[in-house]
Amino acid sequence: MNGFWAVLWKEFAHLRRERMTLFFALIVPSLQLTIFGYAIRVTIENIPTVVLDLDGRQDSRRLVEALEATKTFKVRERVTDFDSFRRSIAAGRAKVGVLIPANYSERLLRREQAAVQVLIDGSDSQVATTAQNTVGLLVTQLSIQRGKAMAESIQAAVARTEEGRLAMPIDARTRLLFNPALESSHFFVPGLVAIILQLVLLFLTSFSIVREREQGTLEQLFVTPVGRAGLMFGKLVPYTLLAMGELLLVLVLMVGLFDVPIHGNLGLLFGLSGLFIVTVLGLGLLISTIAQTQLQALQFSFLVMLPSVLLSGFMFPRSEMPLPIYAISTVLPVTYFVEILRGVILRGADFADIAPSVLGLGVCCVAILTFSLTRFRKQLD
Amino acid sequence: MVNSEVSGDGVICAEHLTRRFGDVVALNDVSLSVPRSAIFGMLGPNGSGKSTLIRILCGVLRPTSGTGSVLGIDVRADPEGIKRRIGYMSQKFSLYGDLSVMENLEFYARIYGLTPERQKEREAAVLALTGVGAYANRLARNLSGGWKQRLALACAIIHEPEVIFLDEPTAGIDPVARRELWDLLFELSHRGVTMFVTTHYMDEAERCTHVGYIYLGKLIVSGRPDELKGLAEVTPAGTRRYEVSCAAPAAALSRARAMVGVRDATMFGTALHVMVDEGVSEAALLAAIAPGDGAASARPIAPTLEDVFVLMSRRQGAAA
Repeated sequence: MNGFWAVLWKEFAHLRRERMTLFFALIVPSLQLTIFGYAIRVTIENIPTVVLDLDGRQDSRRLVEALEATKTFKVRERVTDFDSFRRSIAAGRAKVGVLIPANYSERLLRREQAAVQVLIDGSDSQVATTAQNTVGLLVTQLSIQRGKAMAESIQAAVARTEEGRLAMPIDARTRLLFNPALESSHFFVPGLVAIILQLVLLFLTSFSIVREREQGTLEQLFVTPVGRAGLMFGKLVPYTLLAMGELLLVLVLMVGLFDVPIHGNLGLLFGLSGLFIVTVLGLGLLISTIAQTQLQALQFSFLVMLPSVLLSGFMFPRSEMPLPIYAISTVLPVTYFVEILRGVILRGADFADIAPSVLGLGVCCVAILTFSLTRFRKQLD
Repeated sequence: MVNSEVSGDGVICAEHLTRRFGDVVALNDVSLSVPRSAIFGMLGPNGSGKSTLIRILCGVLRPTSGTGSVLGIDVRADPEGIKRRIGYMSQKFSLYGDLSVMENLEFYARIYGLTPERQKEREAAVLALTGVGAYANRLARNLSGGWKQRLALACAIIHEPEVIFLDEPTAGIDPVARRELWDLLFELSHRGVTMFVTTHYMDEAERCTHVGYIYLGKLIVSGRPDELKGLAEVTPAGTRRYEVSCAAPAAALSRARAMVGVRDATMFGTALHVMVDEGVSEAALLAAIAPGDGAASARPIAPTLEDVFVLMSRRQGAAA
């Protein structure tokens, strides 16, 4: 540990001098969290919709109102001829087109099946699926209402509640745990904390070492009595402290700005964050042993960041991934940390609940540190 | 191989040092010895093995075979012991540009583990010697080339090392700063510090107490400059050296090279250095290489170090 304090002091002097580093480490993550936290919303609402109502009577107007009431659809245009209807979808102004035939009300009155045509732009599969499901659900509900009214009038029922009211034969009682308002930010923001923490730490550590190599100061240090451990820890400890500050900042933002409450134990949260931080520092060290220039360090960091964002389960559920991709996700430390964060923050999980993820992160940590330390030591020889 | 002074009692010693990188022999059987408070100048083309030799002697790189020692400490047995007692200054500015002059000094003082009192004392001493105190609070990257090198030297001697390795310390700085840096080196030498300097400049080599020339990993020649100039291989029996000044030196050079009795001819600025057989007189030489030039003159000269190095590397090339 020879020279540890000297290197530590020097790194703080760099941080004091290079304000950009502090800006990058503290301000940029806050901005990222704010911007991404607001931008990433998976609840699909207000799909632009065009309506061609050839019937125009009470029943058809009620159908259109019901569509709008779901909030999934937003009627942008009401057209009167089929050509404008088709054009509106082709031009992309509307993603959904609802065509109500002229005989809609009559057929309902005559107790015949009335057909409503719904055209959905399938290019964005998520929007299309949502539109399809919502329309299906809506039409079923409207049909049931008519069915109930009908059953009431003839005093027959498939099922009744205990109070004797007409009811559905089967009642599914769903209860939303942990995130009752289904706020997508609750799901995304904790994952984002992990991604941002990794992004900033990876760049800072790999840059700080590669910069010394590029400047020739590393060569100069090798001819001094500074020890390998002293050099390495002297460089990593300041960034660990910085990372802890950054973590605190983004967590405060998460709670304050996005109202995501932390249900779990704070000590557990910070302890496991510490484990993740050490793992990422090791990853940064590994990059610095491979990259010769800061540009290369940047490229390698992106190489790590891309799968971390796409495959860690942060954006897409891992359970949907094909096996090879799933295998890749298991070697990414951030995969486990995203699961840990979601567990502790959203579900109030304790250590036993998240033990598998902790084990996974621990294995990643030991493997990465061993590998990068071996490489780092070898390069100094 | 000419080596006038190989003994085990030097401050810096190398015996049969060899270093291979894969199939490449970067350093081939190099032996040398540098006595206390000497300034040893090592010359040689880029990639000839100068830096490899320095890295081995500084304890950064292990030799493949052979032994080396600095201040009696073996480079294999205790490289860390060597690092504590030597200073190192590299060819490229390798201090922290975003730290101030004082911060750089303080960092190296801490690296060498100086106590606070000792640190104060040494900082005052190196500031007085190098004069960088005038820019104490300036960021190192904002210093001019010469001052950067002074700061690098100040950092290299903060722990009062007995030996300093300087890898092309004057590369790329202006002539005034170069001279001032050399004055500093002489000052240190007077105080008993031993220095090992690599350089490309012949005039710097002439200032060293000892010089060596390394070529393709082999130390071709080493010793005191005057000894080397007096070597029989440099001025063989029965030859003389002249410096010829004339109006058309380029034409004279090609004539001289074609002339019988001329052993060697090279340009030195606007003059010509020629080595001729004793039988060729000054008048005959001038008449042959500068015909019709009444102002042409020739004067007998002693060989320069450049002559020595050029000749010795040619002999080496011919032998290989």
